[in-house]
Amino acid sequence: MRHIISILIENESGALSRVSGLFSARAFNIESLTVAPTEDPSLSRMTIVSIGSDDVIEQITKQLNKLIDVVKVVDLSEAAHIERELMLVKVRATGKDREEMKRVADIFRGRIIDVTESTYVIELTGAGSKLDAFLEAIDTSLILETVRTGVCGIGRGDRILKV
Amino acid sequence: MQLTGAEIVIRCLQEEKVEHVFGYPGGSVLFIYDELFKQDQVKHILVRHEQAAVHAADAYSRSSNKTGVCMVTSGPGVTNAVTGIATAYMDSIPLVVISGQVPTAYIGQDAFQECDTVGITRPCVKHNFLVKDVKDLAVTIKKAFYLAKTGRPGPVLVDVPKDVTVQKCEFSYPKTISMRSYNPVVKGHAGQIKKAVQLLLDAKRPMIYTGGGVILSDAAEKLTKLVRMLGFPVTQTLMGLGGYPATDRQFLGMLGMHGTVEANMAMQECDVLLAIGARFDDRVIGNPSHFSEVARKIVHIDIDPSSISKRVRVDVPIVGNVPEVLDELIRQLEAAEARPDEKHLAAWWKKIDEWRGRNCLRFKQGKEKIMPQYVVQTLYEVTGGDAFVTSDVGQHQMWAAQYYKFDKPRRWINSGGLGTMGVGLPYAMGVRFANPKATVACITGEASIQMCIQELSTAKQFRLPIKIVNLNNRYLGMVRQWQEMFHGNRYAESYVDALPDFVKLAESYGHVGMRIDKPADVEPAIREAFTKHKNDLVFMDFITDQTANVYPMVAAGKGLSEMILAEDL
Ligand SMILES: Cc1ncc(C[n+]2csc(CCOP(=O)(O)OP(=O)(O)O)c2C)c(N)n1
Repeated sequence: MRHIISILIENESGALSRVSGLFSARAFNIESLTVAPTEDPSLSRMTIVSIGSDDVIEQITKQLNKLIDVVKVVDLSEAAHIERELMLVKVRATGKDREEMKRVADIFRGRIIDVTESTYVIELTGAGSKLDAFLEAIDTSLILETVRTGVCGIGRGDRILKV
Repeated sequence: MQLTGAEIVIRCLQEEKVEHVFGYPGGSVLFIYDELFKQDQVKHILVRHEQAAVHAADAYSRSSNKTGVCMVTSGPGVTNAVTGIATAYMDSIPLVVISGQVPTAYIGQDAFQECDTVGITRPCVKHNFLVKDVKDLAVTIKKAFYLAKTGRPGPVLVDVPKDVTVQKCEFSYPKTISMRSYNPVVKGHAGQIKKAVQLLLDAKRPMIYTGGGVILSDAAEKLTKLVRMLGFPVTQTLMGLGGYPATDRQFLGMLGMHGTVEANMAMQECDVLLAIGARFDDRVIGNPSHFSEVARKIVHIDIDPSSISKRVRVDVPIVGNVPEVLDELIRQLEAAEARPDEKHLAAWWKKIDEWRGRNCLRFKQGKEKIMPQYVVQTLYEVTGGDAFVTSDVGQHQMWAAQYYKFDKPRRWINSGGLGTMGVGLPYAMGVRFANPKATVACITGEASIQMCIQELSTAKQFRLPIKIVNLNNRYLGMVRQWQEMFHGNRYAESYVDALPDFVKLAESYGHVGMRIDKPADVEPAIREAFTKHKNDLVFMDFITDQTANVYPMVAAGKGLSEMILAEDL
């Protein structure tokens, strides 16, 4: 099963390597990992997407909790939550493709944030599956470059991850 | 008052009441050594290799429950120390390692004797720190001692760049530490303990299995009380020996790969298992799916939640420090009206005594060749079972665990988790510094002892009267045993050729050496070592039977009840 694990961690140098080192040392899988400081600059928030059986996910959360710098860990996928990912796609946009590309971007609520005579950069946010769907909807031969942030997530309603 | 970083390091050690630091100097720690020189509260033990410094500090802690401290220089000093740190980490031993680092401005420039110490040690420490500002130094060292000793203990490393040891700041040592990210659980959940009590009282075939956690948390007395109250059988892991008196009838011996028939069978066939401070590792329960074929309820007490339900699903997890949990368990048992069912328990003991009747540790000592088991047994008798015994890794380690009966905790010092050859001699040194009057024996093999043999020099300098019992079979014995059993007798690279004359070697360091090659000489030699040469380091080189194997044996990947026994059993 796919799980989204959110971590609050002391914003110390080397914090990221402690987490990524744990995953590689124990052969846990990482689909994506995002990290940035929170509104409290002494804390960073990480979102890790991992795939594993319940036993493995239980070990992952226990091992993360064991890291000295980790303040809190929650498995967002245990309850209602929202996940988002940002993608930037640079596409070739010439001739009749120019109009078509804009149309598809609009359908996916993408925004064109850079324009040249022959290219667009399209910004898209959404769940990972929506970003995948966009890439499938356009002509792949027109894709020049893509970059994705990986998933970040937050619990719905009263579920709050805070110190 | 303004102090330099180097002064602060020493002041912190003094504040922590550290008496001994094991270490080796070098460029990046020169200012710290300079401050060591100017005082005499903290004594420095100069080893001959940094690996040994860490092992000695590790055994210092194992044998006393104090935190071990060591100091090494940057680069090669650190890389040499890594084996020691990893060894301590695998057995959860509280250590503080202070390492020198190149000056902060040089970090990342491939400076002379630079290495990424925090990166290299990260996977084998409980935590580590790089101190970039002298203002953080005292609080970081305080944190290191706090982290090493609380929760599940472990080694903590503090990397101190050379310029930080020169910078000055106001010194004040924090009295307490609180970290929002680190709050180990101490007390067990009373409701869970209640469930455990119920299971224990309802058990028909109960079993208690304990590990290093009982030793580390100083819970041996409480465990003994609990085991006697319940009247249940108890077994221990290699790391747990001494947690319950080995000479007591309720003790079934060690379990696991080289466990006794009675311990392994009772472990396999019990219906309720109480696991305390142990982690169901592969050398202990063998194949986990074979182990789980028998339905049983498991109660698991451990301070580390990640040790629970890691390899085996547990029914009643209890997270907490073992002594606190045992107190509550004993309290609830005393308050309960019910008692364990005597009829079922008697039947269970009858079965256990049948297994015990197999006498699986039996061996024959003939007139010609010295059997290694006999040497350990004789050592046990001559020392009245009261020595601190360290060992290296291999067959001799297993024989030591099987034939030296430990009635007290912290007497059996060996590398269980990492299985590091070379620990035996530095371990014996550390034990002796922590217990200055103790009788200390090091049971080793001719291969292991050579991995830290240089420490004979340290032992001479500090007049450590260690008794080295070298079970010399001219083989990497444990490797040879596996090759005999699982690789068609192809003894690839397991013959130990070109051995030194250990008697002369010991003598050249200024110690006493003995070679013993006849069974009849074993006891007199050991007696002589412990009486006439009481105050000397004695290297006893026992030329032993080369074909002896360690039995019983559960082959890797097999189930606990699928033991291979000695041929005539
Ligand atoms: C540092 C290290 N290298 C290799 C091993 C693998 N190993 C385990 S036991 C053993 C043989 C030990 O031989 P010896 O010290 O003579 O003891 P014996 O088994 O003969 O009693 C070896 C090589 C190890 N445990 N540690």
